[in-house]
Amino acid sequence: MTDGVKKFLYVNRKAPYGTIYALESLEVVLIGAAFDLDVSLAFLDDGVFQLVKSQDTKEIGVKNFSPTFRALGDYEVTKLYVEKESLAERGLTAEDLQEITYEDEDDDYAEKPSLIFVSRAEMADVMGDQDVVLSF
Amino acid sequence: MATLHTVNKSPFATQALLSCLGHAKAGDTVLMIEDGVYGGASGTGLAEAVAGLGGAVTLAVLEPDMKARGIAASRLMDGVKTVDYAGFVELAASHDRTQAWL
Repeated sequence: MTDGVKKFLYVNRKAPYGTIYALESLEVVLIGAAFDLDVSLAFLDDGVFQLVKSQDTKEIGVKNFSPTFRALGDYEVTKLYVEKESLAERGLTAEDLQEITYEDEDDDYAEKPSLIFVSRAEMADVMGDQDVVLSF
Repeated sequence: MATLHTVNKSPFATQALLSCLGHAKAGDTVLMIEDGVYGGASGTGLAEAVAGLGGAVTLAVLEPDMKARGIAASRLMDGVKTVDYAGFVELAASHDRTQAWL
């Protein structure tokens, strides 16, 4: 455990619309953004499906919350770890995901990518480096 | 900086246990609870995934959940230990964080 700002990791392992987990996770992330926390998000297993681009939910009558991920940068949530093995197992590549960026206020508001692609071993390291892990 | 991982779903219904085992680090503990206890039984095809950990990760099942489902301690895979509710609390307290694999 570190002193000072706590490191929080939100772990997303569920596809977006079959259950309420994915939307609830995003809601909690946005609520948590009001507090002084070092926030990261992890996307692995079916959780990577949440980030796929061109989602269109009009005909299933639920809100398409995927554009909300692009707003996270405004809440200083800028580290979205995506597991490469989980993508590959599902026939996906980085090009299948929507582009998510943030403006780095320490670098003249340069636009930088929020998605960080990591191996399974690197994801395990990210998980092992947290104060609190919240699973969805 | 060790993590206590909890898994509460049968490994025959979801990938949670396999994914957990794939992310556990040396010194971590994986505790199988509720329907997760089915993952502790021997002769299920999970032995390979468990053997891949090389003993670096401690595996445990929650005894009340195991008993409720009629799984005898003798049916557990080698190296899988049992803990009672107090043991669960001990594990939570002795690790740096707890991560639930839902």
